[in-house]
Amino acid sequence: MLEVILRGLVFIIAAPFVGGLLSGIDRKITARMQGRRGPSIFQSFYDVRKLLSKQVLIVNSLQHMLVWGFLIFVVFTGVLFFAGEDILLVIFSLTTAVMFMVMASYSVNSPFSAMGSQRELIQMMSYEPMLLISAVGFYMATGTFNIKGIMQANIPAIVYLPGVFAGFLYILTVKLGKSPFDLSNSHHAHQEMVKGITTEMSGSVFALIEIAHWYENVFLLGIVGLFIVSNQWWSWIIAGIVILITFFLEILIDNTSARVKWDVMLKTVWAITLVVGGINIFILDIIR
Amino acid sequence: MSFIAFLICFPFIVAALLFLTKNDTIRRVIVILSAIAITAVALIFSISGIVNNACLEYLEDTHTIDQIMIIGELAILLLIIITSLKYKKYFVILLAITQTSLIIWFEEFGYKSHEKIVHIFSDRFTNIMCLVIAVVGCMICVYALGYMKDYHKHHKEYVDRRPMFFTLLFVFLGAMFGLVFSNNLIWMYFFWEITSVCSYLLIGYTKTNIAINNSFKALWMNLLGGLGFAIAIVYLGFNHDIVSLQQLVASHGTLIAVSLLAFAGLTKSAQMPFSGWLLGAMVAPTPTSALLHSATMVNAGVYLLLRLSPLMEGNLAGIMVSLIGGFTFFATSMIAISQSDAKKVLAYSTISNLGLITACAGGGNAETTWAGILLLIFHAVSKSLLFQSVGAVENETGSRDIEDMHGLIVRYPHLAYIMLIGICGMFLAPFGMLISKWAALKAFIDTGNMILVLLIAFGSATTMFYWTKWLAKLISVSHRSKIHPDRTESTEWFSLISHAVLVVVLCLVFPFVSMGLVEPLVTEMFELDIPVIISKGNMIIMIIMLCMIIILPVAVRILTSKTRYKKEISYMGGINTGDDRGFVDSFGDHKDMYLSNWYMNDYFGEHKIFNISLWLSSGIIIILMVLTIGGAF
Repeated sequence: MLEVILRGLVFIIAAPFVGGLLSGIDRKITARMQGRRGPSIFQSFYDVRKLLSKQVLIVNSLQHMLVWGFLIFVVFTGVLFFAGEDILLVIFSLTTAVMFMVMASYSVNSPFSAMGSQRELIQMMSYEPMLLISAVGFYMATGTFNIKGIMQANIPAIVYLPGVFAGFLYILTVKLGKSPFDLSNSHHAHQEMVKGITTEMSGSVFALIEIAHWYENVFLLGIVGLFIVSNQWWSWIIAGIVILITFFLEILIDNTSARVKWDVMLKTVWAITLVVGGINIFILDIIR
Repeated sequence: MSFIAFLICFPFIVAALLFLTKNDTIRRVIVILSAIAITAVALIFSISGIVNNACLEYLEDTHTIDQIMIIGELAILLLIIITSLKYKKYFVILLAITQTSLIIWFEEFGYKSHEKIVHIFSDRFTNIMCLVIAVVGCMICVYALGYMKDYHKHHKEYVDRRPMFFTLLFVFLGAMFGLVFSNNLIWMYFFWEITSVCSYLLIGYTKTNIAINNSFKALWMNLLGGLGFAIAIVYLGFNHDIVSLQQLVASHGTLIAVSLLAFAGLTKSAQMPFSGWLLGAMVAPTPTSALLHSATMVNAGVYLLLRLSPLMEGNLAGIMVSLIGGFTFFATSMIAISQSDAKKVLAYSTISNLGLITACAGGGNAETTWAGILLLIFHAVSKSLLFQSVGAVENETGSRDIEDMHGLIVRYPHLAYIMLIGICGMFLAPFGMLISKWAALKAFIDTGNMILVLLIAFGSATTMFYWTKWLAKLISVSHRSKIHPDRTESTEWFSLISHAVLVVVLCLVFPFVSMGLVEPLVTEMFELDIPVIISKGNMIIMIIMLCMIIILPVAVRILTSKTRYKKEISYMGGINTGDDRGFVDSFGDHKDMYLSNWYMNDYFGEHKIFNISLWLSSGIIIILMVLTIGGAF
């Protein structure tokens, strides 16, 4: 029990630093890819500090509560994950968190927000099956839904789950809100709708969302690591390397692809889920 | 025994009384008093049964009752023939005559069982069902008092046939009690037929063309299921010397009968090819829908399926039931995305949820059955709540379109909160989707049923979509919205609030319901100690999450009490016309803004999915039935 609380605490304290730093690195690399110098890698922290000090403009007070709901559930998701609890619970908690975000954005009755939140919902609908199939894959590969148990497997899960891993990487782009799937919350100024879901968020309310995204990104990269780790110590090093490569690839894709329409996203994500994820677990079922 | 006799007979007596009552006040008194009586008796009976772990069986001389039932069956047949002749639906007559003559021939001249059998019995499952029927069913009857008054105020074009309506509601309740307490399959069949006919009459209440057509659709589909039931009874009697449910569950090698009964269960719980009748049922006044969708009709189907689930492990019947269930779950949840009529969304979500329960029953092992029974309980309460709140909103605003519920939380805050609780109870709270995912996924992986794993994974994503966008619509707040006077009747409020409280309480005591009620029941059904499905630690986490959702509004209020807000109107590219209700269009005129949810009709429309699903699911049923019957001979 003590260990669980300790792990949770470490996540709560450390994740924003890691997440913020990752976000800064993301911006730096993106800038270099675009031939710019880019901001300092600590820029995200400065941004949030400034946001926190700004006046809060809101449309209604419901909004603030729902954004808090989003943050709390994202943190809770990460705590469950890094404390080594059940992976289905983690996914459920994540879904609940995103729903809070969608509702916060819908409650303001604004055209851009409404569009953004509907798109966010579509994104959620498209990646949810693959997320569940990943959990199924972990269970089939290691015999447990428990994350602590998954980490102690003799053979890392990716050996059994190459297809599921590929599928997961595909939805990771959607989940991280990277182009070509940055439908709901793009930060590229040339898109037809920029920052859709957070249009009406400002000041410290917006800062909460930024912080929540830091937590979320750390947790998502944690799942990437979960595919690699086993009970060998060196598997952790490999996991770290894979996470970094994944992170770099996401940035590369973000900067080299154009936004697709929602229907293309839904179709391709579901098709990939069915083909690589589905076939992988079918084969796993046969060879088991 | 006296309790059971009361529960079965009393509603019929009340029904007869209500048939003769033309006065509103007297009807009100009768309905409320008898609802209290039925609920009280059911509570005493079930809770004492659960606490004492009583498994009651009654063996008695039933000659007179058998005779009464034959007369009843003939009366039902006569009723069907007369109405079908009136509306020229001749094929229905054919179906009705075939099965009734089959059963009567079997009872009178056919096989007589050598052993004496138990006619009425009661165990934990009947206790659970009894509670659901009594508590939810009776509250719907009370709700109907206020609702029907308003209904006829708004719909002057329909003949006021309220005595008939309330009669049918109570007949329905009586038949449901009879159905769950019957052990003798012929008795069960008798009550099964009563529920079919009742739903047929209730759907046709308004006597408009569409109502008549839909009621006949409900009738023929359910009669088709009844035919399967009748054939199963005759088959079991002749080949296996089995006439009771308990004997059937204890037996092995009765695959053909099991798939015939499962077929009947599928029609009654409106699974895919037979979903049409439940969708058609929404033309009826809302209490009918609430009753059909939650406490009674469809529950009869899944009740039978869950009873049979120990017999469906890994055989063709199990494959058929779980495939149809899983397929229905996914297909109808996709169609629900494209619907904006609240009642239609609810109808599709009922079918979809029952699909999940059906899939669980067809899984045929302890874990899935556990999930199925829990889902049945939670679905009944939440769905009844949702139908009633939609009905109340419709009576207030004159529309049941989800698009018109924009900002309901400001206009009718109380109704909106009730609806929020209902929606959260359906899918957000820990049990709804999560426990079924948990148990069903695990069990289907263990048994190597990967198709179902995929169906559940995709189905839960689509389910999440249509509920969330509805939820979001309710809380979308427009500027300068005003609270509207709420004229919902007191009886409606009573039922709505009781349901809402019940949903929340059920969430919080969920671990106890599982440990104290459903786990022992499943252990009994499968005669083995079931493994721990959700560990204590995970239960605690789920309760924590639930508490977080409940505490959140208060906590945030306190956390942000010092924050200074500046209220702004929402952003519209700087061309708002004063508030967030309109903007300046390209001609410089005012234009109203209208925010619509996404329905994606081109992808998830009824026209895209429904017919294909019909063909696919019919194919699955026909092929598997043929394989079962052909293979066993």
